[in-house]
Amino acid sequence: MPALILMSAFVGFAGLAREAGITLAQAVFMTGIVWALPAKVVLIGAIMAGSSLPAAAFAVALSSVRLTPMVVALIPEMKTDKTRPWVLYLLSHFVAVTSWVLAMERLRGVPRDMRTVYYGGLGGSLVAVNMLVVTLVYWIAGSLPSFLSAALLLLTPMYFLTSLWGSARESASHFAMLFGLVLGPVFHVVVPGFDLLAAGIVGGGVAFALHRIGRPREDEGRDGE
Amino acid sequence: MTFDALDAWWWPYLFILIGGWLATDAWRFLGVYLGGRISEDSEALVLVRALATALVAAVIGNLIVFPSGALAASPLELRLLAAASGFVAYLMAGKRVLVGIAVAEAVLIAGLVFLGM
Repeated sequence: MPALILMSAFVGFAGLAREAGITLAQAVFMTGIVWALPAKVVLIGAIMAGSSLPAAAFAVALSSVRLTPMVVALIPEMKTDKTRPWVLYLLSHFVAVTSWVLAMERLRGVPRDMRTVYYGGLGGSLVAVNMLVVTLVYWIAGSLPSFLSAALLLLTPMYFLTSLWGSARESASHFAMLFGLVLGPVFHVVVPGFDLLAAGIVGGGVAFALHRIGRPREDEGRDGE
Repeated sequence: MTFDALDAWWWPYLFILIGGWLATDAWRFLGVYLGGRISEDSEALVLVRALATALVAAVIGNLIVFPSGALAASPLELRLLAAASGFVAYLMAGKRVLVGIAVAEAVLIAGLVFLGM
């Protein structure tokens, strides 16, 4: 089921890449090498906005900081005393929301010495299948009637709107999301080119400040993942 | 140095490599390096998650308010209505992502057909 949802998100990504003037080869390359969908959508957003390479890299990096704590949480689940470090570095490339959620659910049921192999197979096949999905959708997207193309382009924002809300760990993230949703378009008009960074820093900063001020004993809205 | 700055076949790939791959895998590698040394509950991570969430949310907002391609031809009110109904449906269905996406798409397509687009 999560794999199915992810595929629908990549259907949306292929449509988005096509509209942004990214070639098929570039879109497939991006899927394999970047993998995390928010990072790719931010990268395409930066390309469409005509951002310079340092600005694009900074925005993508800011959107991907969350990968670090995800990897930190996953590594102890997979590691044995004999695991070589390079294997873990290689496998960490597959970490993105879907494979991470699946792995955190299922690794416990896999014998410890098989877990790196299991995650390699899981992550590798998710990447391969979605590179294929991007190729197919990119091909046929040009021949769709316009209302279907429009529907295709709504897939990505809807996927993130819902999954981002669901994956938020604490109320600070829910506030950050609401601020970001509003500030993104506002800053797009006010400070074009820096809209994503400005909305991320202002929205996230204010949400964190609220979190520090409010500071209930128990975080409300702990949805977990 | 924008994506279209150089008219060489390799430039977009280099752009994706530095702006995309380096900017994401650096964090993954840092995660492997840090291993179990950092607490999932530390306040610094709450801030990091808040910044990252706001940034991705800004991307979502822009994709809905300032879309590209065929979606740009639809009225803003319809896009907002579709996204809002999808989100409400997602919450009411017990946070099911597929329900949210399906309802938003249904509202959008119905609206476009109704408007004759």
